[in-house]
Amino acid sequence: MSDTAIEMRGRAEGGVVKDASSAGDYIALLKPRVMSLVVFTGFAGLMLAPGELHPVLAAVAVLCIAVGAGACGAINMWYERDIDAVMKRTMSRPIPSGRVDPGAALGFGVTLGVGSVVVMGLAVNLVAAALLALAIGFYIFVYTIWLKPRTPLNIVIGGAAGAFPPVIGWAAVTGDVGALAMLLFAIIFLWTPPHFWALALYRWRDYASVGVPMLPVVAGVRQTKKQILLYTCGLAPLTLAPWVLGISGALYGGAATLLGAGFILCAVRVWFDRTNRSARRMFAYSILYLFLLFTVMVMDGFLRLGAGAAGAGT
Amino acid sequence: MAKDRVVSEQHRRQRGKNLALFAVLLGLVVLFYLVTLVKFGGG
Repeated sequence: MSDTAIEMRGRAEGGVVKDASSAGDYIALLKPRVMSLVVFTGFAGLMLAPGELHPVLAAVAVLCIAVGAGACGAINMWYERDIDAVMKRTMSRPIPSGRVDPGAALGFGVTLGVGSVVVMGLAVNLVAAALLALAIGFYIFVYTIWLKPRTPLNIVIGGAAGAFPPVIGWAAVTGDVGALAMLLFAIIFLWTPPHFWALALYRWRDYASVGVPMLPVVAGVRQTKKQILLYTCGLAPLTLAPWVLGISGALYGGAATLLGAGFILCAVRVWFDRTNRSARRMFAYSILYLFLLFTVMVMDGFLRLGAGAAGAGT
Repeated sequence: MAKDRVVSEQHRRQRGKNLALFAVLLGLVVLFYLVTLVKFGGG
């Protein structure tokens, strides 16, 4: 819009210019912090998949996963603008603070979502595009609209949306979904509940004030701590599966054992701690945990690939 | 005076959004060009 156009619009609105949004507000709609973990796990799936993908197309695939995740964030903020306006943690977001018009945020999210799927389909392959569309649809319709306001199982089932990126990354290379891709999906699927419940343990009053039935609100703090411990104890052995099945090597096996033990230790501390300190630590550790687990898995894959190439060369 | 400040601030924000949109569109042009080279150039 030209400067003259702005002035004209300002005059049309009684001389007061109302559009207070900036480029930074639109970036905030994409939830960049959530996006970074999604991008990383998608990248990991891409790196672990057998086969080759041209670096430009690999970059396009990662970009589409990032933009698709951002679209989910924007549409989620549009849908939850009423409860965001009440919760302390979210009231300064672009929509509830009045800086971005809700309709503009929805249009922004839908455009990015459709654009990311179309570009993925045209530049990479249709399977990756279909999985990206499924992940976006699942996050918006199943998690945000259907499950989140209705059931404490919202995170358990809705966690599937966040588990898609490595599968999409894998499919971008292979055009299908392999066993390791399914394992990566299962790992993030089991990681999501304890990750979010750790956050919910010290934010449950916020959720209660807006009627979101997070587990601590519905079942209480004690039950939430028990579920965190159970899920963490289930997750740790599952992360060893790539090593046990021979898909990953000893480096990954050792790292997964240590990281898993650390995660269980966090859950045990949360169980015994009457304050929120352990829950905050567990939430921070859970992000580091997933990041390190996938980093080591990719490193291990490279080392095995290098060793295989050296073996073939001798 | 206050109204001038608001309009000036508005112009600054709008210029920022215009530049961001320009950067995104330019990035997309480069991206589609590279993808076309890879897909149809046998790269």
